[in-house]
Amino acid sequence: MQFKSQAVAKPYFIAAIALFVGQILFGLIMGYQYVVGDFLFPYIPFNVARMVHTNLLIVWILFGFMGAAYYLIPEEAETELYSPKLAMLMFWIFLGAGVLTIVGYLAVPYATLAQATGNDLLATMGREFLEQPLPTKIGIVIVALAFLFNLSMTVLKGRKTSISLVLLIGLWGLAIFFLFSFYNPSNLVLDKYFWWWTVHLWVEGVWELILGAMLAFVLIKITGVDREVIEKWLYVIIAMTLITGIIGTGHHYFWIGTPEYWQWFGSVFSALEPIPFFMMTVFAFNMVNRRRREHPNKAATLWALGTGVMAFLGAGVWGFMHTLAPVNFFTHGTQITAAHGHMAFYGAYVMVNLTMISYAMPLLRGRSANSGSAQVMEMWAFWMMTVSIVFITLFLTAAGILQIWLQRMGSNPMSFMDAQDQVMLFYWMREITGFVFFAGLVLYIGSFFYKQNEAPAAA
Amino acid sequence: MNETFTKAMARNMFYGGAVFFFLLFLALTFDTVKNLPKRDHRENITESVVRGKHIWETRNCVGCHTILGEGAYFAPELGNVYKRRGGEFIKAWIAAQPTGIPGRRQMPQFHLNDQELDDIVEFLKWTSEIDTNNWPPNIEG
Repeated sequence: MQFKSQAVAKPYFIAAIALFVGQILFGLIMGYQYVVGDFLFPYIPFNVARMVHTNLLIVWILFGFMGAAYYLIPEEAETELYSPKLAMLMFWIFLGAGVLTIVGYLAVPYATLAQATGNDLLATMGREFLEQPLPTKIGIVIVALAFLFNLSMTVLKGRKTSISLVLLIGLWGLAIFFLFSFYNPSNLVLDKYFWWWTVHLWVEGVWELILGAMLAFVLIKITGVDREVIEKWLYVIIAMTLITGIIGTGHHYFWIGTPEYWQWFGSVFSALEPIPFFMMTVFAFNMVNRRRREHPNKAATLWALGTGVMAFLGAGVWGFMHTLAPVNFFTHGTQITAAHGHMAFYGAYVMVNLTMISYAMPLLRGRSANSGSAQVMEMWAFWMMTVSIVFITLFLTAAGILQIWLQRMGSNPMSFMDAQDQVMLFYWMREITGFVFFAGLVLYIGSFFYKQNEAPAAA
Repeated sequence: MNETFTKAMARNMFYGGAVFFFLLFLALTFDTVKNLPKRDHRENITESVVRGKHIWETRNCVGCHTILGEGAYFAPELGNVYKRRGGEFIKAWIAAQPTGIPGRRQMPQFHLNDQELDDIVEFLKWTSEIDTNNWPPNIEG
């Protein structure tokens, strides 16, 4: 750690991991409800568990991004953070808003929560991933603006690198596209059209800029490869991201009432969306192979390589699998989507955050790397979680293919629930694999406390 | 990567590509919004449909169901449920929840009154008439 103010990243990382645990616990509840339908009903109905699961995911990833930015920007700008105090204030506001929102979901019926929080004044709730009450949404905007102000001021007074510029563009984009969550017309088609401006332009747009900048930063640090080379890669990758991903939004506009030409635009451009992810994989391996130093933090290197591979598999390959309109006609809104969602989110945004945390956390705790045995434990956690998510994805894919076959093909299609009964075996296997994932997560957290007094691993 | 391809060229490709494709996206959006009235039949969005959508949102229906394929995959597609089941069945079904059958997936009881039940049906009826390019593949959704 080169600058004192980078220390504000630490609570962000800790909060991110804590909320990650909550996300997985609710994932396990939902997975169990898929096989034993009335589990915890009526105390935690499926829709509530799902809301908690997905909202915790979004919030902890945002915590991770913010922590990463607070760590990365001062080091790139070679100056102290503009206001560490503001960063800490925003931390508590964001955590408070996040926790209150989750408690609200769990404590009262959603309709009551909506009424109590002003949803009748400006209705924004009850849309997938944007379920947050109005005060939470406004809180997110305030936190994001204060955060961006703080970072922008830091960059303005310091060195301006391509990495910090790309990160800032990504984060500003994140804040701007979130504003579409306040637009909720009573026409469902328009509502859906612009809902994707937040959801798609986040995860297949500006978030990839953030991902790229974080990965590039860690790769510079652990490989010692020349900054010019890494930043050139970064620009090419994010150029391809936006060239393919913006019009790629069209793959969501096939069947929601939008014109037919989106089937062409959406299919062609989103078929190209794997390119930037493939480049990311090549980039990560290339830089590690050309490394000019042996960094003692082997675990961070593993996470960085893993991000490249898993983001390509989850977002690239599993995305491509069902993105062409004639295929999507059958797969749209099935377990195939769930399969893709799980591996893409894990491979891209979970793993890049864990890469950053793996690299930065030892430094924030005053050492260049963790002890060898702690790193071995962390790498076991890497493999347990990563292999689990691969199998979860495979089981959901199998469930999805079977679901489509039974419910959407042939002359005598089954009803939704009859088809669900037929794919139960795969839901059981998914749930069991979920527990392996959870064990991996416990091991991961354990690695932060395991033999920390031993000397750091040698290079 | 090739030495003749410089970082400045990569950066220009990023800015140029982002701006060009975002403008194209805006143009397509403009055209889409202009053409939507023919496809979404917005002249049929009555007060009741508007209230129905509000009920749909405030009961978080999308937390279990899909609508036009978007949402959760725990319960049936409802974009075409009006065509599949009809309005009376939908109202009776919502009123009868939860079934309480052990081990089966359960839908909460939302205590909707007759007006609210009519509104949700009107919303689902309007939704079922949107031109979705013939999706879903069959009536089962």
